[in-house]
Amino acid sequence: MKQTEFLNVVMPFKDKLYRMAKRLLVSREEAEDATQEILLKLWSKNESMGEYKNVEAFAMTMTKNFCLDRLKSKQAGNLKLVHSNYTDETVSLQKQLEAEDSIGWMERIMEELPEQQKMVLQLRDVEQYEFEEICDLLDMKPTAVRVALSRARKTVRDELTKKHSYGIG
Amino acid sequence: MELGNIEKILEKYFEATTTVAEEKKLREYFAQESVASHLEQYRPMFNYFSIAKEERYTKQVPLKPRVNYYKWLSVAAAVVLTFGIYFGKQYQERKEAEYAYQETKKAFELLAENFGRGTEKVAYLKEFQEAKEKIYNNN
Repeated sequence: MKQTEFLNVVMPFKDKLYRMAKRLLVSREEAEDATQEILLKLWSKNESMGEYKNVEAFAMTMTKNFCLDRLKSKQAGNLKLVHSNYTDETVSLQKQLEAEDSIGWMERIMEELPEQQKMVLQLRDVEQYEFEEICDLLDMKPTAVRVALSRARKTVRDELTKKHSYGIG
Repeated sequence: MELGNIEKILEKYFEATTTVAEEKKLREYFAQESVASHLEQYRPMFNYFSIAKEERYTKQVPLKPRVNYYKWLSVAAAVVLTFGIYFGKQYQERKEAEYAYQETKKAFELLAENFGRGTEKVAYLKEFQEAKEKIYNNN
C-alpha cells in the first residue's frame, strides 16, 4: 500500500480515533500521542492491511486497547487533566460562555463514568456506531452494550438534573 | 416533530432501545432555539454530543516511523566493548612487561652488588701479589 492510498484509508476515521483516545485519556496531549502511535502502528502494518475487512474497526479496537493499557501503566500517573479544549467560533460570545459552561459539565460528568460506559457512550452517542459494531469493537455482548449504554445515559441525565436544579435554586 | 413523539423517543433513549436515526432526531430537536421547558435540562447532553463530534485531530499524520535509536545504541556499545577489550589487553601486556623488566633489573642489581663485594675481597689478593713481587725484586 502506498502512502497516498494509506492516507485515503486513514483520513476519514483518524478524528474518531483521536476523540476516542481523548475520551479515555482526557488530556489532549496524551490523546494526540496515542493517535500518532496508533497511526504509526497501522502504517507499519500496511502490507497486511488488505486482509482486514474493516480497517476502521481494527484501528478503533487498537486505540481502545492502547488507551486502556496506558491507563493501567504507571505512566498514567503523569496524565494531566485538561478541560475545555473546545473553541466554537460560530456562536456569539455570551452563548459561547453558556455553552462552554454546560460543555464543561458534560465533560466532567463523562469523566466520572466507568471506562466501559465511557467508551459505549462515546461510540454510540458521539460517533453513532451501530450496536453490532460496538459489540465487535469492545468485544461485548449486545445485551451488555445496551445495559452499559442505558446506565451511562441515565447517570449523565441524573447528574445534569442535579446541576439543573442547583441553577434554579 | 411534535413534543409527544420526542418524549417517547427520549424515554426509549434512556433504556438504550433507540435506533441511530431516532437519536439523530433527538439531537436535531435539542439543537433548536426553543425547547420545551421541562426538556431543557437534557439540552446540554445532546448539544455536547454534537460538539464533541466536531473535535479534530490536527496533528500531521506521521508516516515516517521514528528511527529506532536502540538498535544503533547496541551497535555502538559493541564497538566500544571490542575496542575496550583490545586496548585493555594491550595495556595489560605492557604493564606485565614493565613489571618483568623491573624484576629482572632488581635481580641484576642484587647480582652486581654481590660481585662488587667479591672484588673488594679480591683486592687484598693484589696487595699480597705486590708484597711478593717486592720480595722477589729485592732478591
